[in-house]
Amino acid sequence: MALSDQELKEIAYLARISVKEESLPSLKKELEDILGLFKQLDEANTSEVNAMSHPLDLSQPTRKDEVTEEDLRDELLKNAPSVKSGLFLVPKVIDGEN
Amino acid sequence: MDLHKLSLSKQLEGLKKGDFTSTELTSHYLNRISELDGQLNSFITVTEDQALSQAKAADERYKTNNNFSLDGLPIAHKDIFCTKGVLTTCGSKMLSNFEAPYSSTVYEKLDKNGMVMLGKTNMDEFAMGSSNETSYFGPVKNPWNIEYVPGGSSGGSASCVSAELAPIATATDTGGSIRQPASLCGLTGIKPTYGRVSRYGMIAFASSLDQGGVIAKSAEDAALILEAMSGHDPKDSTSLKLDQPDLTKNLNNPVKGMKIGLPKEFFEKEMAPYVLKSIEEAIEVYKSLGAEIVEISLENINLSLPIYYIIAPAECSANLSRYDGVRYGYRCEDPKDIEDLFMRTREEGFGAEVKRRILIGTYALSAGYYDAFYLKAQKCRQLVANDFSEAFKSVDVILSPTTPGTSFKSGEKTNDPVEMYLQDIFTIPANLAGLPGLSIPCGEHNGLPLGMQLVGNSLEESKLLQFAHSFQSNTDWHMKMPNI
Repeated sequence: MALSDQELKEIAYLARISVKEESLPSLKKELEDILGLFKQLDEANTSEVNAMSHPLDLSQPTRKDEVTEEDLRDELLKNAPSVKSGLFLVPKVIDGEN
Repeated sequence: MDLHKLSLSKQLEGLKKGDFTSTELTSHYLNRISELDGQLNSFITVTEDQALSQAKAADERYKTNNNFSLDGLPIAHKDIFCTKGVLTTCGSKMLSNFEAPYSSTVYEKLDKNGMVMLGKTNMDEFAMGSSNETSYFGPVKNPWNIEYVPGGSSGGSASCVSAELAPIATATDTGGSIRQPASLCGLTGIKPTYGRVSRYGMIAFASSLDQGGVIAKSAEDAALILEAMSGHDPKDSTSLKLDQPDLTKNLNNPVKGMKIGLPKEFFEKEMAPYVLKSIEEAIEVYKSLGAEIVEISLENINLSLPIYYIIAPAECSANLSRYDGVRYGYRCEDPKDIEDLFMRTREEGFGAEVKRRILIGTYALSAGYYDAFYLKAQKCRQLVANDFSEAFKSVDVILSPTTPGTSFKSGEKTNDPVEMYLQDIFTIPANLAGLPGLSIPCGEHNGLPLGMQLVGNSLEESKLLQFAHSFQSNTDWHMKMPNI
């Protein structure tokens, strides 16, 4: 299964992973090898099967809509790379005056 | 006394009788780790202080006869299980500074039973790999021969139990990550039925396939701990609504009259003569114990590898989207805008294999390809599961090799992802169908161990362990340990 450089760049952008120009050829080859495996599924007749959702065919359980989580704000923020006034800090997202 | 030579149940007996204390037992293992792990790299973090204080608390409880069921027994945890206040890295640069704010259900259950955590074991990054060479914390070595890999992704768990740096370790299995390293390190590894062990606090790779279990020195040891890890957990919506199973009660029952299926599709594959020979010898052991051997067919089993390499990367690409450099984990230096923050954090924070799988998964789920790949794979997955259901109408367990061969040298397969993926050709089907599977040692070749796999019907872990224990009561492959 052939991938163009353009397709690979688009996938990488969708996945939000920057890929260096020089690593494109080797990465492309590796991905094509893996995608090549997929062809084997073409021969399987799946016209009368439903897609599996759970190996034991269970449905999703529901519970009462109650708050069960404790307030761990301070503990959770301890792991954040950048914090200000109890908030996660990121580069400016919206353009405009400061 | 060589405390590490005792089985877990003997260690428990010793603790109860007061032959030795948990502090002595724990210190014994901590000493072995500091003496021997330098050459293996099986631990990412050794939690010495915490271990000694847990051990001391267990000793106090024994003094007052208020002890818990597994009180004072040491265990190592795969670094995929969150442990509150302790570094939990999943083998990745992305989480190299992450101290879990809460503990996984697996850890909590074992902790409540009094088990002592020795440390967190090394693993392939985000559990993606079959050789433990993709860890950010360096490769793990196989104690049987340090030029060889221990298997993966639970390579640290297998390596440390094999070198007797821990009596048992937790592990996880998405496509073979418990059974394959158990096979390559001469150990007993069991992955239970999907939903048996809670995934809460177990860092996600492919949620519909991931399942926790253990790597141990015998089926008896594995049964004791797996039982304590199992049971319904409301915090995991895929957890089965079943009580903790009794996994030790059938261990000593005979396998006489029970049926073992040999899938012809597996045995038609090109197999190294030494693999076939070991498996045939194992079959002879079962025959001599009165088990009946039946040839079966799993018609769609050869689709397993491509199904897996669509579903696992697809789920991985969704699960790993959470690593964005905002809330926890690694963040790139000086991001110029929010997009640069995401793109470079993920480029720098993930290793090559993880990025490959995210890209494959993103492709398989992208517009125009979802039906052709993901949906088709989930349908084929049902075909594989149907084959197993049909087979279990006439057999009790299904036997095969665990891996295509013994361990391979470090670096031998790192440049060819597909070649590495073939390591899991016998183990992946059980994950696709959500079935329990285990690997036990059954032979060796050129000084390296080899395992056989037994797969059981849903919820029949107890029967699998019975077959394994029956084999281990009549052979000594599981008693062989590396000289390290």
